[in-house]
Amino acid sequence: MKFIQNIFDATRPAVTTGKLKPLYPLHNALETMMFVPDHNAHSGAHVRDAIDLKRTMVTVIFALVPALLFGIFNGGYQHYKALGLLNEAMGWGQFFTLDNFIFGAWKIVPMIAVTYMAGLGVEIYFAGINKHPVNEGFLVSGLLIPMTMPIDMPLWMVAISTIFAVLIGKEVFGGTGMNILNPALTARAFAFFAYPSFMSGDKVWVNTSVEAGQSVVDGFSGATALGQYATTGSTSFGAWDAFLGLIPGSIGETSTLLIVLGGIYLIATGIGSWKIMLGSTLGAVAMGLLFNWAAPHMITESQQQFMSIPFYYHLVFGSWAFATVFMATDPVSAAHTERGKWIYGFLVGFLGIMIRVFNPAYPEGMMLAILFMNVMAPMIDHYVVNANIQKRLKRVKA
Amino acid sequence: MQDLLNIFVKSIFIDNMIFAYFLGMCSYLAVSKTVKTAVGLGLAVTFVLTITLPVNYLLETKVLKQGALTWLDPSFADLDLSFLSFIMFIAVIAAMVQLVEMVVEKFAPALYSALGIFLPLIAVNCSILGGSLFMQERAYENIGQATVFGFGSGIGWLLAIVAIAAIRERLKYSHVPAPLRGLGITFIITGLMGMAFMSFMGIKL
Repeated sequence: MKFIQNIFDATRPAVTTGKLKPLYPLHNALETMMFVPDHNAHSGAHVRDAIDLKRTMVTVIFALVPALLFGIFNGGYQHYKALGLLNEAMGWGQFFTLDNFIFGAWKIVPMIAVTYMAGLGVEIYFAGINKHPVNEGFLVSGLLIPMTMPIDMPLWMVAISTIFAVLIGKEVFGGTGMNILNPALTARAFAFFAYPSFMSGDKVWVNTSVEAGQSVVDGFSGATALGQYATTGSTSFGAWDAFLGLIPGSIGETSTLLIVLGGIYLIATGIGSWKIMLGSTLGAVAMGLLFNWAAPHMITESQQQFMSIPFYYHLVFGSWAFATVFMATDPVSAAHTERGKWIYGFLVGFLGIMIRVFNPAYPEGMMLAILFMNVMAPMIDHYVVNANIQKRLKRVKA
Repeated sequence: MQDLLNIFVKSIFIDNMIFAYFLGMCSYLAVSKTVKTAVGLGLAVTFVLTITLPVNYLLETKVLKQGALTWLDPSFADLDLSFLSFIMFIAVIAAMVQLVEMVVEKFAPALYSALGIFLPLIAVNCSILGGSLFMQERAYENIGQATVFGFGSGIGWLLAIVAIAAIRERLKYSHVPAPLRGLGITFIITGLMGMAFMSFMGIKL
C-alpha cells in the first residue's frame, strides 16, 4: 500500500496549490476511499462513532449486493429461457450457471460503469465549483439506477437519465442530503417518461438477441407479471417463482427473498427505517384487501380479475419490495419525523398498489408513488411537528 | 353519488390545476414561501372556486348557452350568448373575490396582511376562470357536479401550494447555487413535482 500512498503524496501539491486545482475533489475522494482520512477535528466535542456518510452508504451497498448478483444471473437465465436453451427440470442447476452469469454481467456491468462515470462526473464537476469534497451520496444512487432499469436499456439512455437525476434532482439543491426527490427514482422516472418504449411494454425485460442458429421459442412473451395483469387480467407466473425472483423485470427488483434479506440487514444495522418498511407493507396489504372487496363492483372484467388477486401477490410481483426497502427508506427524501415515517410509509404502499392496478399505462408504477410521497413528505413533517408543538403548548398552559 | 366522487378525485389528482394545466402559477409561485400563508391563500382559492362555479353554472345554463333563455320566452331558442361568457364569468368571480376579501379582512387581519396584493388578485387568478371555462367545456350535467368540480379543483390547488410551501421551508437548509435561489429553484421544484403527479395521468374514472 505504501506506493499508493506515495502517489497521493506526490500529487497533492499539484492539486492543492498547483495548476490542477479543479481536480482536488477527485484526489480527495480517491484518497479517503483508500485510506483513513488524515484530517481531524481540532476543538470542541467530537462524536466518537464509526458511522459516517461513507459507512452508511457502504452498508446499503452490501444490502444491495445479493439482489444485484441475483439480477445478473437472472438476466442470463431469462435470456436462455426465452431461446429455449434450458432444461426446466433441472431447476436451480439451470439458474446458477457460468453462462447465465457471463451473459448477465456482459449486459449489466457496463450499465453500472456508465452510471458511475456519468454521475460521478457531474458530482466532481460540481464539487469543483462549490469547493467541497465529493460526497459519497452517489455511491448508492449509482448502483440503484441500473438496478431499476430493464436489461435491454441502451447505455446512452442510462447515462442521460443519470445526468438528469444528479444535476436537476440533486446538485441544483446543493448536493447530497439537500435533495427533495430520491435521485435514483428521478433517473428512473425521467427514463420512463422520456423513453417509454424502452422502459415499459413486453419487449424490454428479457434480452432476446439471437445468434446464428438460435430462435426465440414459440409463444414467448417478455411481459412482466404486472404487465400481463394490466392487459389480460391474469399472469403466467406463480407467486412462489416471483418470491424467489425467477421472473422478468428490472434488473434488481425480481427476487423478493433477497431484497427482504437486504432489508433485514438494513434494519439490523439501523440504516433503514423499519417504520417506513412496515408502514409500506401495511399500506400495500390494506390496498390489496380493499381491492379484493371492491373487485365485484368494477366494470371491466380484466380489472375485476386484477383486483381480486390475493393481497400477497402484490408484495412479490413487480417492484414493491425493492422500492420499499431501498427507495422509500432513503433518509433524505423520506419524512424526517418518526410519526411522519409511519404516514409516509403507509401511503407509499397504499398509492403504489393503487397506481399499478388503476393506471393501465403504469403497471410498474411503484416508483411514481414514492416520488409523489417524496413531494408530500415535507408537508407531512410540517404538520407532525406543528401537532407536537400544539400538544406541548397545551401542556404548558394547563 | 359515484359520479360526484369520481369528479372530486379526478379534479384533485388527475386534472390538478397546477400540475396538469399549469393554471394559477403566479400566486402559486409568489405566495408559497411559508406554509401558513399558503394554506390561507389555498383556502381562499378553494372557497372562491366553490362558490363561483355553481353561480357560473346557472349563468351558463340559464342565460348564456344557446337556447338557454327559453324559460323567458320560447322565441329565444336560437339566441346564443356564449360569446359573453368570458366577461360574465369574470364579473361573477370579481364580485365573489370582493366578498372573500371583506370576510378575510374582518375575521383574519393577520392573514389579510400576509396575503397582501394576492387576495384581490384571486379575481384574475387563471385557475378560477379556468375552472369556470372547464365547467363550460366539459358540460357537467347538473349543478352538483359543477360544485364538486370547483371544490375538488380548489383542494387540488391547495394541496399543490401547501406541498411546495413545505418544500421551500425545508430548502432553507440547503445550499442552492446563488443564481437559482428564489424563483429559479421553485420552477425546478414545480417541474419535479409535476413529474411526480404524472403518476395519476391516464387513470380512467
